[in-house]
Amino acid sequence: MPFWLDMFLLFASLSLVAVGGANVLAPEMHRQLVDIRQLMDEATFSQLLALAQAAPGPNILSGSIMGYWIGGVPGLLGATLGLLGPTAVLAWLIAGLTKRLAHAPWLKPAQAGLVPLALGLVGASGLVMAQAAASFPLAPVITVLATLYVWLAPLNPLWALLVGGVLGLVLL
Amino acid sequence: MTTTQKPSLANLFFGFMKVGCMAFGGAQAVARRVMVEERRWLTERDYAELLALAHVLPGPNIGNFAVMFGRREYGLVGALACVGGFFGLPLCLLVGLVSLYGYFGQIAEVNAAMHGVAAAAAGMVLGTALRMGTRLKPPPEAIGLALAVLLASTVLKVPLPVIVLVGAPLGVFAALRRARKVRPAPAGAQSRQGDA
Repeated sequence: MPFWLDMFLLFASLSLVAVGGANVLAPEMHRQLVDIRQLMDEATFSQLLALAQAAPGPNILSGSIMGYWIGGVPGLLGATLGLLGPTAVLAWLIAGLTKRLAHAPWLKPAQAGLVPLALGLVGASGLVMAQAAASFPLAPVITVLATLYVWLAPLNPLWALLVGGVLGLVLL
Repeated sequence: MTTTQKPSLANLFFGFMKVGCMAFGGAQAVARRVMVEERRWLTERDYAELLALAHVLPGPNIGNFAVMFGRREYGLVGALACVGGFFGLPLCLLVGLVSLYGYFGQIAEVNAAMHGVAAAAAGMVLGTALRMGTRLKPPPEAIGLALAVLLASTVLKVPLPVIVLVGAPLGVFAALRRARKVRPAPAGAQSRQGDA
């Protein structure tokens, strides 16, 4: 099997079970890349993961740069297409289904019924991130302040990141 | 009533590019900010419903959202514009950074600032969930379900596919029941209010 296809299949299988997105992907990716296939060591894995999370961009791209690290451009392309392709096709099909059912009287309430799930999962990923970020004593204070700011102030949420970065620089 | 504006194809591409490039620690917070509050492509409710669907599907949440929203607006071209805009630039940036990382990661100041940014990014995601929740004003049983999902995922460490398989039918069931209860009310008995 060509290398890029191997990467494609590996990352496609990871992405297709990652209900909940990139936060769920990381542990499974670790199991496959570090534990089972031994394609990189522990330190490299966590460095690449931290880099993808700190840099701007969707967190799922952490998988793309792992592919790049392992196998250069073919690895990058195989991993990225595997991560994004199959799930995008699935989302495309579901979007078509909801369009076809748009006039069914039960569709709107049914879709509204999924909203609490989204709210709960967004909240949960926030808590998991908060826990991971609590690497120094004042980190939870920054997290709480940012929470209140984004919740209550109708301003650009990115100011919270800037202030957080400056506080980290001053405090650490 | 908040009015929404239909984006052009270029709007979609550059709007999602903005979301992608400002997505620190995940795209959740910025995506909602850009699409609902800045550009008014969707109402709060519409956004929450499409996002919920994106969450139930496997893969990147906002990536799924981009495919579905793009298809809804302009079919295949729309989906490609959204996805390309969203992932393109950040991917190039990351590949560049990986090559530089050996050097960057050693600088103590960069590390310290990144720790602060990570703490704030967590707050951004939490604040976004709270802001959506307060603006949507979900009925009590929906709030209960959202809290149960939160608890199951964080404290009880229930695997996500299980949460989705149990939570989705429960939520849909509750919402359908409520809709049936509301429908027999005489027309005009309650005025529909848009999102504040």
